[in-house]
Amino acid sequence: MTAVPEIPEHTARSRPPAPSRAVTTAAPGRSTRTSRWQTRTAPWAFLAPVVIYLLAFYAYPLYRNLDLSLRHYTVRSFVRGDAPFSGLDNYRTVTGDPTFVPALLHTLVFTFASIAVQFALGMALAVFFAQNFRLSATLRALFLVPWLLPLIVSASTWSWMLNSDSGIVNAALGLVGAGPVNWLTSPDWALVSVIIANIWIGVPFNLVVLYSGLQTIPAQVYEAAALDGATGVQRFWRITFPLLKPVSAITLLLGLVYTLKVFDLIWIMTKGGPANASTTFATWSYQFSFGSLLPEFGPGAAVGNLLIVMALIAGLFYIRIQRRSVS
Amino acid sequence: MTVRRWITAAAATTLLVSFPACSSGTEETSSSDSSYAIWDPYPQFDGSSGWVQLLTKCGTDAGVTVKRTGYDTTDLTNKALLAAQQGNSPDVLVVDNPVVSTLAEAGALTTPEEIKADTTAIEPNLLAAGRLGDKTYGVPIGANTLALYYNKKVLGAAGVDPATIKDWTALTAALQKVKATGKKGITFSAIGTEEGSFQFLPWFWGSGAQLTQLDSPQAGAALTLWTDWVKQGLAPNSVLNNTQTTSWQEFASGNFAFGENGTWQLANAKKTGFEYGIIPIPSAAGGTAPAPTGGEFVTAPVQDDTGRYAVTQKIIACLTSTDNALTTDTTLSYIAATKAVQEKQVAQNPELKVWVEAVGAAKGRTSDNLGTKYPKISQPLWTAFQAALSGSSTPQQALATAQSAAAK
Repeated sequence: MTAVPEIPEHTARSRPPAPSRAVTTAAPGRSTRTSRWQTRTAPWAFLAPVVIYLLAFYAYPLYRNLDLSLRHYTVRSFVRGDAPFSGLDNYRTVTGDPTFVPALLHTLVFTFASIAVQFALGMALAVFFAQNFRLSATLRALFLVPWLLPLIVSASTWSWMLNSDSGIVNAALGLVGAGPVNWLTSPDWALVSVIIANIWIGVPFNLVVLYSGLQTIPAQVYEAAALDGATGVQRFWRITFPLLKPVSAITLLLGLVYTLKVFDLIWIMTKGGPANASTTFATWSYQFSFGSLLPEFGPGAAVGNLLIVMALIAGLFYIRIQRRSVS
Repeated sequence: MTVRRWITAAAATTLLVSFPACSSGTEETSSSDSSYAIWDPYPQFDGSSGWVQLLTKCGTDAGVTVKRTGYDTTDLTNKALLAAQQGNSPDVLVVDNPVVSTLAEAGALTTPEEIKADTTAIEPNLLAAGRLGDKTYGVPIGANTLALYYNKKVLGAAGVDPATIKDWTALTAALQKVKATGKKGITFSAIGTEEGSFQFLPWFWGSGAQLTQLDSPQAGAALTLWTDWVKQGLAPNSVLNNTQTTSWQEFASGNFAFGENGTWQLANAKKTGFEYGIIPIPSAAGGTAPAPTGGEFVTAPVQDDTGRYAVTQKIIACLTSTDNALTTDTTLSYIAATKAVQEKQVAQNPELKVWVEAVGAAKGRTSDNLGTKYPKISQPLWTAFQAALSGSSTPQQALATAQSAAAK
């Protein structure tokens, strides 16, 4: 590892410094002026690509989304670009909509239920695989499959499996004598179904991050605990869990941001239905902007911004926790 | 030091050079461009297909080259709106009929009068879908609509004569007979999108209900019909999540007596391996219910350079001419928009007769001067039938909620 960066450095150093010396001797005054100009501008030239990239792909879209949510857009004003400024009207429309409270609740339930189970399962599997038994590497690789599959594939497969009439899940339930469940088409089950599918997709991420976190805990700590007579359960709660806290915190934060914005899975499986029973902010925002024949960009952008604010609050909360643990 | 200086210079030069390069790129589209852009919602057709070859030929005949792009149909509305906003609309836009009034409302489309296209031969009920105010935007290229496909074997085993099904009572009775033989009754698509509304409308209109009054007793009867079918097991619960394609797959499995589906499935119907027939969708009191029209309009988006319209007009006239319309509608499995071509189609394929009649009775979703109000009615409507079919509210409650949402 260390040998690789040394090579270019070495060759650069061994190169004769002749040309640079030649310039200084030829015209000293001009050279210092140029080099001062260069030292001042060079950092900016180097910064420019990333600054332009950030402005074009992060700041501008965010600004546009904010702008969209503060104007009254109709198809006509969208095309002409003369939508009147309407203040917080779109936000009022959205919060006054009968779908708002259910969508908010679904978003929270979906996010927290998904994260809690994903994290618990991911942690259990990480501890399990940390024991390095035979085939553990193969099994661990297999657990990554949900993560590698394109979402359209896994979501479509889930929706076939959960089909009320021809799905394999209901067929299996029938074998053990349980009645069929309308997984995707009953208002009581639709949200549960998409949560189950989302948990399946999210477990590998939690497993991988927590597993790598486990590798950083020195084995001596466990040995010492074992000598002191700590049981397996005690070792987990007294050593593994506290030492994994920083890794857990970042896993949960990333999971939260990732889960808040889950859209494709729900859209493919239930379209947010039946009758909004599995609508979250992400699908609702899409529904406004692209889901019907007449796009409503204003309210769509407003819902999208509410999602961003939710993720932002979670991020600030994370930073606060981290600061406190450092001090 | 030298190495670093070189890099700095290189970075600075790249930046300086790349900026003017960017700005000159946008100026390329000049008005003297002899390439005409056509967008259509048929991504399934590639360069070797009859449709794309026709586009190329129509361009060549008009003395220009054609640049064709096929988009997914749901994608095309937004693409077209965005293009109108950026001022780089295509010269010819082939777009789904309920979208026409939306684009017209946006001021993105020219009227046939402006580009002097001839629409006199077009059936008025089809043309009405492209109406906004007192102007019609675009020319229908063909139409499709819904009817009931039936499985002859399943109906025969249940002792049902499809010719006797003229109203809802007869249909429900037939479904019950089929269920008694252990087969399944009917499948349709009641998904929570425009597709679901499209499938519900024949029943909605067939009850005598109007889109301006979603909570009328007639509308309640239509929704109760669907809800009872699902409750009694005459229709599967999966209709709530069925697209028209998945609903077709259920029908094609051979277990269903009826499948509500469109003209475009005719080619697939021959591949099912069982004998099928087609009847029009019955209305509540008897007779054929008005089904919604599907199919695209050929439109001419507004251009900065009005000089382009002359060629655009030639291309549109070529696409909608009798011979070409026949080829196009056969390729798309559509019914033509003019009487003359419809007669030719039936002469070629007598099976199409029932579809020609269905299209004759059909009605545009944006007709009745609804225009851009239709999308705001359609969405509450699909929420209503989803709520009723899933049992989260009664048909009457669901429709009352829908009406208050649509009236906003």
